[in-house]
Amino acid sequence: MPVKKLRAVAAGGNLSAGFREETLSRAAKQGADFIGCDAGTTDSGPFYLGSGQARGAREVTKFHTGLILREALQAGIPAIFGSVGHAGGRPHLLWMLDIVRELARENHWHFKLAGIDSEQDQEKLAQAFLAGEIVALDPAPPLDENSIRAAERIVAMMGVEPIQCALRMGAQVVIAGRSSDVALYAALPLLRGIPRSVAYHAGKILECGSACVSQRYYPDCMVAEMDEDGFTIEAPNPEMRCTEQSVASHSLYENGDPYQLVESGGTLDTSGAGYQAVSDRAVRVTGARWRPADVYTVKLEGAALAGYRAVSFAGIRDPLVLRQLDSFLDGLRRVIERKVSDSPGLKPDQYTLQWRVYGRNGTLGPLEPETQDIGHEVGLLIDVVAPTQELAAAILAIAFHTGLHHPIPEHVGLISNFAFPFSPPGMNAGPVYRFCANHVWKLKDPCAPFALTMEDL
Amino acid sequence: MPELWEVTKLIRSKNAGPFELTFDIMFKNAEGFRAVQQSGRLSAELFSRFYRVPVEKVRIFVLEPLLTIKVTIPRPIFSGELEDGDMYGGQFHGPLVSLPID
Repeated sequence: MPVKKLRAVAAGGNLSAGFREETLSRAAKQGADFIGCDAGTTDSGPFYLGSGQARGAREVTKFHTGLILREALQAGIPAIFGSVGHAGGRPHLLWMLDIVRELARENHWHFKLAGIDSEQDQEKLAQAFLAGEIVALDPAPPLDENSIRAAERIVAMMGVEPIQCALRMGAQVVIAGRSSDVALYAALPLLRGIPRSVAYHAGKILECGSACVSQRYYPDCMVAEMDEDGFTIEAPNPEMRCTEQSVASHSLYENGDPYQLVESGGTLDTSGAGYQAVSDRAVRVTGARWRPADVYTVKLEGAALAGYRAVSFAGIRDPLVLRQLDSFLDGLRRVIERKVSDSPGLKPDQYTLQWRVYGRNGTLGPLEPETQDIGHEVGLLIDVVAPTQELAAAILAIAFHTGLHHPIPEHVGLISNFAFPFSPPGMNAGPVYRFCANHVWKLKDPCAPFALTMEDL
Repeated sequence: MPELWEVTKLIRSKNAGPFELTFDIMFKNAEGFRAVQQSGRLSAELFSRFYRVPVEKVRIFVLEPLLTIKVTIPRPIFSGELEDGDMYGGQFHGPLVSLPID
């Protein structure tokens, strides 16, 4: 029996970046089978995963979530959110479920809500590591059973299966922890008989919302109409257009390999894909292939606490300081290290003190090829990371004040080298995390590590 | 000597996950694309030298229909590490923009 056409709406590339209300409304009214929205990424660094905090403000997230739920409920179709709260850990999932319940209560909405937890029991993961079920990707930070136990938080990135399980149980709104962006868009189409090669390729294009148009003026919605042979991608916003070039080029963005997209359970190969304009704003995509993997794996993402940060920023404008900046900073560091070892009593290997010299090589650091060039001023970022916030603040206060008056031979008398734009000159920047895993976990059951809870609102 | 940006419409770097960096170099037209291809300037050795990664870890994809050269390398420093100065990896392409091309 031929598969019917299926229309997937991506509300946006990232829930906290938003979309136009009227575009989503138009897309939904043109006939949609579900609305999806990705809400996370590791691009913003390890902080959100480590801390359990969301990136988007609660009020803003609630606003956009409310628009999606309203359209989905009016149309009687599912809404699927993935990687909620930016990192998709348990605190992020609970935060988002709370927002959804609040919206339902305030608007008198009734639906079946599913929550899927991606956060992993670290003792179980340590056992899985010892059993050889966890394998490093290349490159990867070193990981073993002890660093697994010591990590602040580890999530597994779900494939389509846990989301499909929630949909089969009748969920109209699915709130998923960390999930593959593609899986979030492929889960429902696969249940309705769309081939994997089509559903995954469509998901890959949809997951960034309006990023696949020729000129993205602002974040917005995207629509894919899938069938058994391929899909047609079209921007529901009349101001934006998908072209053959723009859709094909999108496969480059943020992907290490433009043709091989590794997902849980297999690899999408787009090397044979064809992109054909069907109007001046829509493109038909066909020809991707799906190669199933021998072993089903999910990716693990982990964050470990690295310390606490305090920072200060200062301008330096004196040409005499600038012409001897390296020796100035080296001498300054020696004085700071001696003071810090007196009190609060830390050796240099117990904290980090980094300079970033903006105006010289602040951006690229040691990779900067043009280090000789220095202008009439530089911005100096003083970055301290120490075992506690109090220690970081103490070391930073020593650093910026010592630097302020650190002498140079050409000026005789007390000088002030640093122009601070702020009072206080130093700021506490809170806990600092590092990514501690780039690994996959071999699974027999793709749903096993993802606890599903259902509730009727 | 012309610089790379003069024959391209886009030069960008970006994380491909926290552990890899990817560079997309999209050309304005086939002439510029072929000239740079034939010059051999955008080589694995160049990326190895610029970004201090082993030459065998540099992956180059030539996408002729898109007039694009894509290069992916392991990140010299993983995103978010204390020593990392560019969390999104969005400015690593800087030195490539003014690369002299023959």
